[in-house]
Amino acid sequence: MKPYWDHFYHQADIGIIGAGPTVSSAFAQAGLALTAVITELDKVRPVQEKEISIEAPELDILFFDYINEIIFLISTQGMLFSEYTVKIENLSLEATIKGEPIDVQKHAPAVEVKGATFSGLKVFKNNQGFWVAKCIVDV
Amino acid sequence: MDLSYFKKISHWTWQLMPEDRMRVPAIIFASESLLAEMDDKVLEQLSNVATLPGIVAASMAMPDAHWGYGFPIGGVAAFDPDLGGVVSAGGVGFDIACGVRTLLTGLHFEEILPRKKNLADLLFQTIPAGLGSKGNLKVKNKDMDQLLLKGAKWAVEQGYGDKADLDKIEERGTAKGARPEFVSAKAKQRQEREMGTLGSGNHYLEVQVIEEIYDQKVAQVFGLRQNDCVVSIHCGSRGLGHQIATEFMREMIMEAKRQKIYLPDRDLACAPINSKTGQEYLGAMRAAINCALANRQILTHLVRQTFDVVFPGINMPLLYDVAHNTCREEYHEVSGQKRKLFVHRKGATRAFGPGHPDLPLEYRDVGQPVLIGGSMGTSSYILVGTEKGMQLSFGSACHGAGRTMSRRQAKKMYTGPKIVQDLDQQGIEIRGHSYRGLAEEAPDAYKDVSEVVEVAHKTHLAYKVARLRPIICIKG
Repeated sequence: MKPYWDHFYHQADIGIIGAGPTVSSAFAQAGLALTAVITELDKVRPVQEKEISIEAPELDILFFDYINEIIFLISTQGMLFSEYTVKIENLSLEATIKGEPIDVQKHAPAVEVKGATFSGLKVFKNNQGFWVAKCIVDV
Repeated sequence: MDLSYFKKISHWTWQLMPEDRMRVPAIIFASESLLAEMDDKVLEQLSNVATLPGIVAASMAMPDAHWGYGFPIGGVAAFDPDLGGVVSAGGVGFDIACGVRTLLTGLHFEEILPRKKNLADLLFQTIPAGLGSKGNLKVKNKDMDQLLLKGAKWAVEQGYGDKADLDKIEERGTAKGARPEFVSAKAKQRQEREMGTLGSGNHYLEVQVIEEIYDQKVAQVFGLRQNDCVVSIHCGSRGLGHQIATEFMREMIMEAKRQKIYLPDRDLACAPINSKTGQEYLGAMRAAINCALANRQILTHLVRQTFDVVFPGINMPLLYDVAHNTCREEYHEVSGQKRKLFVHRKGATRAFGPGHPDLPLEYRDVGQPVLIGGSMGTSSYILVGTEKGMQLSFGSACHGAGRTMSRRQAKKMYTGPKIVQDLDQQGIEIRGHSYRGLAEEAPDAYKDVSEVVEVAHKTHLAYKVARLRPIICIKG
């Protein structure tokens, strides 16, 4: 099975989900799911790089912080990201994320993501042995 | 939702008696059909809110309520600080003080009609909207702190609008007790280039026609005449509010653990009002309210400038400005006693009744204007607060239509171009940057706002004054 991302149902907002053979790959996929809430992934060229470095007391809080850090970069750098490389060791995360400045004509952003919530927030290993990271984001 | 869960109190009031850890009942104001359509999650979330320490009277949902996170959207709950009452960042929401303000134009519908397209284009050029848009104003350091302390008053001091506007804004345009020092550098950084921007999602700027008047006397006091046009702006505290919510939700998870507060759902994370975290959040949240008020004030100025190009010399006074996502310190009578309470309104509007000292003098005899937003293509309403609403819901009413359909569903069912075409046929000029965004915000993805307003009227939460129909809609 390949790593994958998806969205899941929420009446007003939207759920993001990332899955892969490692926690790191699940987080990386969830980053793609986040971008896909805003625009089509193939419209975003991975030409500029940003670094994320965070630590948290629990794995699901680490995911909450990671998604919020990406949202912070989208907001303050005016960028969208389409490539995520994540390395997690002992609740410490280092990520390199690549993307490009938002071009309203080209990316036609559908919505702005305000933040990750604790609703549906979960990082776990599923029955197929895949790591899954998910939460609802407020839009 | 299964109606058998409830005891029917009146035709439009439904109650769930306290069960398990609930400290107070849960009450939903809704018609039978609105209630039947509501997701079970609304009741679950209302019941969860009812378990929080210091909650007073009931955990309530307005007729537009829908599933949120922690509190339902459309949720109202008041907490007594002297009884260990709490404040919850999730109970206020991400877009702190997101709200609506309405400006009068004094223009008859037919005066605007021939210039509608031109006006729509000019507004769309002038009002920064959507993700990636930036305001022309860069606010940093000391200026940011002043903005967060003074709100709309700061904006007026910078030349955005008139002093007279301040009288028509809740708390005269400045939320007292704002503490910019409790707003993180990251939150301030997120806002540096976002002042005077509309945002995205369900945020909009609309030119609307007053299509029907239900209460001539109150309409006259509010300055509303049939077939005149008004402008309504729906937006909030932008990145600053979002970042404050994010950071305090996380902090309150830890605080609730320290304070041994039972949380049936982590999004209910809260802190006692009389705790350090509680006070810091309230200070930061009030700063975010001021940010939202300043933002709507700047947008007001941009709207006036744009109208002045098309209609030189036009005067556009402010009718009123209401916020939806707040926690406010207010005095309410509970069982014959006046008590200081902290009222959370998440996706709900304050709706103070006649005689309230916080109302502008012009409106004090009739009550507070309550501005209910539509959903791109559907009607909006102006209501007025009531004496009865003060007793029923701590002076609160609904805020809009409330979603019934997820964004994903809406995207599957509608396309942007079709929506533009449909709205065009209804005489609505729509402007937006994203067809997908328009599809996700399809008018039919929301409840029937007229039914929501009818329930608010019949339950006496707020009375109908006027119905507005959009003719120009700028989408964020």
